[in-house]
Amino acid sequence: MTPSSEPALVDVRGLKVDFLTARGLFTAAKGVDFSIGRGEVLGLAGESGSGKSTIALALMRLHRPPAIISEGSIVIDGEDVLAMGPERLRRWRWSSVSMVFQSAMNSLNPVLTIFEQFRDVIVRHTGATRAEARQKASELLAMIGIPASRLDDYPHQLSGGMRQRVVLAIALALEPKLIIMDEPTTALDVVVQREILQEIIELKRQFGFSILFITHDLALMGQFADRIAIMLEGQLVEVAPAAQLIAHPHHDYTRRLWSSMPLLTRG
Amino acid sequence: MHYTNTDLLRIEGATKIFQLKPMLGPAREVVALNNVTLRIGTGKALAVVGESGSGKSTLGRAVARLFSLSSGSIAFKGQDIAHMRSRAERLDYLRSVQMVFQDPFSALNPAHTIQHHLERPLMLHQGLRGVSLAAAVREVLADVELDPELTLGKFPHELSGGQRQRVNLARALAVGAELIVADEPTSMLDVSIRRAVLELMRRMKETRAITFLYITHDIATAQFIADEIAIMYAGQIVEWGPPDRVIANPQHPYTRLLLSAVPDPSVRLDGMSARSFAREAQAVRALARTATAETLEVQPGHFVRKFAAMADAAR
Repeated sequence: MTPSSEPALVDVRGLKVDFLTARGLFTAAKGVDFSIGRGEVLGLAGESGSGKSTIALALMRLHRPPAIISEGSIVIDGEDVLAMGPERLRRWRWSSVSMVFQSAMNSLNPVLTIFEQFRDVIVRHTGATRAEARQKASELLAMIGIPASRLDDYPHQLSGGMRQRVVLAIALALEPKLIIMDEPTTALDVVVQREILQEIIELKRQFGFSILFITHDLALMGQFADRIAIMLEGQLVEVAPAAQLIAHPHHDYTRRLWSSMPLLTRG
Repeated sequence: MHYTNTDLLRIEGATKIFQLKPMLGPAREVVALNNVTLRIGTGKALAVVGESGSGKSTLGRAVARLFSLSSGSIAFKGQDIAHMRSRAERLDYLRSVQMVFQDPFSALNPAHTIQHHLERPLMLHQGLRGVSLAAAVREVLADVELDPELTLGKFPHELSGGQRQRVNLARALAVGAELIVADEPTSMLDVSIRRAVLELMRRMKETRAITFLYITHDIATAQFIADEIAIMYAGQIVEWGPPDRVIANPQHPYTRLLLSAVPDPSVRLDGMSARSFAREAQAVRALARTATAETLEVQPGHFVRKFAAMADAAR
């Protein structure tokens, strides 16, 4: 967690995202405030349609029309994200903030080898040569426990868990300060999910990045996040340290979320 | 498992081998089901829990008669489903056993209303027409706790995922299902409505004596609905019995691994050594593949399949 003297890595104030639809304006995020400290994991929970993914996309300015950011400010690492020009934005994305998308294992290009997908990111942003990119890609793969010999494989030759790790390694390639993870393990079974989460924790220890972790699995979030924010209909209804949100949820909706999921009762 | 006359479904030594013949490279075999024996009593729910690729969906599909087994048998009400000669027998089976799939979006036709989806099975299978048809449609919708006034005229895209899954369950009821094979029916739904759909399934089981073969990777939901639970790994059932006994006293290393990986909000992950879980998981997977044909009854009704280390210890 952040010492109070150091400014937070991410500071979002009064963020409002509107969708222009045929039936008029729909506001997906209604004035959201939050911050993420350096090295902190902020969990964002809520049901489908609550605006979680809208916020994730808006942070990287990846939202597309009909979505528009109508109000508020986003400051990441001292820089005003909403004021960036297109060229600055292109360089900034992925090198400062990267994202692991929902069903990330399907976000790899099926007709390119794993190496080509690393090369795309590394060469475009750093101007490295092909050989340097290969060296870097092998190191990244080794870090997530996949032998470098798999670099020339195609995505379909890897298991779901391995593909998820590759996506994670690509998100790490430029050593960003923030990684946004939108339901990174929802499609995986619990054992593989746990393996990947432990991997993320170990990498975070090495690199010190912050994480915005989006999921609707509160139990998982309680194991992993430092603070948890609960979202309902475009608003954050409760933000609290993980332990407090588990033991003493304040908002009715948080309590309802807890009671709506079957938890394992052991012996 | 006990052999009684009340078993609705009996799976006996079911084995399914898929022959893979890739365009390039040599043909190979994948053993998706390896000598699986299970029973489900009438009005009971059996949960088959396993990871992706464990063969749990293959088992469900074999029960729904989507393909035939390589060896072994599946008997429904005492009759082998592979030896149904007459068309009437086969149709009767296909009517009695219905599947509910993981993806509630793709299981409904986007071009038709909910009314159409429910009228068709009632017309085709129950032969209903006119006033009695309209009444029956309302009845099955009421059974899955959907308001007929609000739902009937809607198209699938106008409903939420949970509502769509309810329509799928209603459709299974409309056909007159006795056994519902539910393959991950809640894993694509929001956590906040998962429990409500599971509760509906539990009520269908308790009040209408519908039998469920519930296929999932989530042992917590299995505990919620099932009377009996079977843990599957690499095509074999490695441990089975009443859920509370299996969960309180897991014997097989894979069951223990699965239980330790279930998210528990009171256990923080960041204090743990990062690689130790992955190493343990690898070791357990290797061990679980060595499973033998021998089984052991740990406590009444709770069985575990012996694996290599157990046999060594016994020697």
